[in-house]
Amino acid sequence: MTAIHPDSTKAPRRAASRTLESPDIRNAVFVAPFLLAYVILLLYPLFYGIWISLQRYDLFDLSAEFAGLENYYRLLDDDIFLGAVRNTFIFVGMTVPVFVGLGLALALVLNRRTRGAAIMRAIFFGTSVLSVTIVTIIWKVVLMPSQGLVGALAEPLGVEPVAMLSHPDLALVAVAMATVWWVLGLPMILFLAALQQIPDDLYEAAALDNAGRWTTLTKITLPSIRRTFVVVTIYQVVAQFQLFGQSLLMTGGGPNNRSRSFVQFIYEQGFKNWDVGYAAAASEVLFLIIAVAALAQYAYSVRGQTR
Amino acid sequence: MSDISFVNLSKSFGSVTVFQNLNLKIEAGEFIAFLGPSGCGKSTLLRMVAGLEGVDAGEIRIGDRRVDTLAPGARGVAMVFQHYALYPHMSIADNIAFGLRNIGMESAEIDERVAEAAEMLEITPLLARKPAQLSGGQRQRVAIARALVKKPEAFLFDEPLSNLDAALRLRTRIELAQLHKRTKATTIFVTHDQVEAMTLADRIVVMREMRIEQIGAPMEIYNAPANAFVASFVGSRPINMLPVSLAEGSGGIAMARLPDGSVLPTTVPLNSINAGPHQLGLRAEACMPDPEGALSGKVEIVEHLGDRTSLHLRLPDGSPLVVEADGQTHISSGDTVRFGVAPGRLHIFDAEGLAYNPVQVK
Repeated sequence: MTAIHPDSTKAPRRAASRTLESPDIRNAVFVAPFLLAYVILLLYPLFYGIWISLQRYDLFDLSAEFAGLENYYRLLDDDIFLGAVRNTFIFVGMTVPVFVGLGLALALVLNRRTRGAAIMRAIFFGTSVLSVTIVTIIWKVVLMPSQGLVGALAEPLGVEPVAMLSHPDLALVAVAMATVWWVLGLPMILFLAALQQIPDDLYEAAALDNAGRWTTLTKITLPSIRRTFVVVTIYQVVAQFQLFGQSLLMTGGGPNNRSRSFVQFIYEQGFKNWDVGYAAAASEVLFLIIAVAALAQYAYSVRGQTR
Repeated sequence: MSDISFVNLSKSFGSVTVFQNLNLKIEAGEFIAFLGPSGCGKSTLLRMVAGLEGVDAGEIRIGDRRVDTLAPGARGVAMVFQHYALYPHMSIADNIAFGLRNIGMESAEIDERVAEAAEMLEITPLLARKPAQLSGGQRQRVAIARALVKKPEAFLFDEPLSNLDAALRLRTRIELAQLHKRTKATTIFVTHDQVEAMTLADRIVVMREMRIEQIGAPMEIYNAPANAFVASFVGSRPINMLPVSLAEGSGGIAMARLPDGSVLPTTVPLNSINAGPHQLGLRAEACMPDPEGALSGKVEIVEHLGDRTSLHLRLPDGSPLVVEADGQTHISSGDTVRFGVAPGRLHIFDAEGLAYNPVQVK
C-alpha cells in the first residue's frame, strides 16, 4: 500500500491522452450527439430570440431593423402586457400552494396498500392524461350557470348561480380551478414516491418513541420529503408561469384582460400582430422569471449535496 | 427491571400460523437470546413484544402489566433496530432526546439523561452531528443510547451487530456484555449468529420454523442439545454426524459401530434410545489426533486458524468428518491420521433427530 505513489498511477493515462482511443476523445464522442442537439435546438434559438427582441421584426413581410431596447421600453408602457404579468403572478400564487398542499394531502391519504387507495390514485392521476381542450370543455360545462354543475348546485341552495367565466374577479379563479383539477395528479405522484422512500423502521422507532400522529407527521414524514417539497414547488412555479391553453380556451383572456396570461400575450403579439420583435422581448422577460425559479432549485440542490 | 412472560401466545399471518400456544418466561434482569436461522420467527416474536406486530391470542406481560393491548410507546420497552432507524434529519442529540420529549419530560432532565447516555457510549463529541456523518459503529452506539435514555423495563435488540464489520462486531459484542452487566436490564437479543448468542446470553431460545426447539443456558444447549438441529446450529461449526449401528456394552451403555467396523463406547444407556437408524454426533473439538485413537481418516483440507487447526478428513467408508488439532500441528493434507474421542462427548440421534446426550460427569 505504502509503496504506491499517487503520481505513478496517473502517468500512463496522461501519455495516452492524445490518441484516438484515449478516454477524453472517447467520452467526447458519446457527449457529441446531445451537445449538437442542445446547441442547435436550445442555445442557438435562445440567443437568436434575444437578437430578435432587439429588432423591429415583422413576420408578415420579414422586414427587420435594429431597434435597441425599444421593444422592452414598449412593454413597460403596455397596460395589456402589465395586466398579463399581473394575472400570471396571481395565477401562480393561487395554484402553486394548492398543488403543493392538496397534492401532499392526497399523497398522505392515499399512501396505503389498499385497493381503494390504488383506485383513487388512478382517478386523481387520470385527469393528467387529458388534453387541454377536453379539460376546458368539461369545465366550461361545469361552470355553465344555467345547465352546468354550478347551476345545479346553486339552485337547491337558493343562491343565484354566478357566471364565473365572464366575471372579472372570478374568471382567473375558474381557470385556476380547472388547472388544479387537470394536473393535480403529478405533484400527488411525486409526493407518493417520496413518501414510499421513507423506511418503515423510522415509523416503528417513532412509535416506540411515543410519537403521536401529529408529531410523526411533522417530525418524521415532512422532514423526510423536504427535498421533494422544494422540487415540486419550483417545478409548479415554472409550469404555472406558462399558463396558456386553459385561459385562452375558457375565457380568451377576458373579461377585460382579467385572465390574459403572459404566454397568451406573447402569442398574440407574435402570431396575430406579426410583431415578432415585441413578442420576443416579452418572451425574454418570461425567460428571466422562470430562470430565477430554476436557479433557486439549482442552488437548493447544490446546497443539499454539500451538506 | 421487570420480567417478561408469554402466556399461550398465538399469532398467524393470514392462513399461516406462526406461533401456537407459546409460553416463555424471561426473568427480570436476564439477557436472553432468540437464536435461529432467518425466517424462524425470532424477529416476529421480538416485534410482538415491542408492539410492532399484533397478537392473535394469549398475553404478553411485562412485570405485572399486560402489554399486548398497549401501544408500542406505552409498553416501557426500548428497541435497537437492525438498520438503527435513526431519524436522518435530526442531530444525534435530538435523535436520543426524541422519545423523552414526546412524553413531555422537562428539558433539564432530558439534557442530563442525554449527556449521561452519550458519555456511557462515548458519543459525546458526536451529539451535534447528523446520522449520515457517522460510521456504522457510531450509529449503532447512538441507537443504543436512544434506547438507554428511556430507562425502559426491557431492551429489545433486533440483530444489532449484523451490519458491523467483523472487528467492530467483536468489540461491540463485548461492550454490550459490559453494558448489560452495568444496567442489569432485562434484554431480549435476536440473532442468527450462535457465537453472539453463546457469548452474550444467560439463556438461549433456539428457534426453527416458528417453533422453540430448546431453551437453556449456553453450555446446557451446547453439551446437551435437544435434537440434531440444535446440535448443528449451536457450536462454532456444525456437529459431525456419522451413521452408526448400536450394540449393548458393559453396564448397558450403547456401543456405536461405524460403517468401517470400528466401535466407540458412549455414555448413553442403550435402553433409553428409540429403535431405528441412528447417527452419532461428535463435535470437531471433541476429536483430537491421537496415535492410539480408535478412528483414522485421510486429511483432505487443513485450515490453520492460529490457535487451533481444523482437519477435514475422509473416513475409510467415505464419510466426511472434521476434527481439531492444535494450532502448531504439522499434519498436512494427504496424511492419514488416527484420532480419538472421549466417550463422554458422544451424542446419539435417532431417526426423528431426537438427541440422546452423554450422561454428564460433573
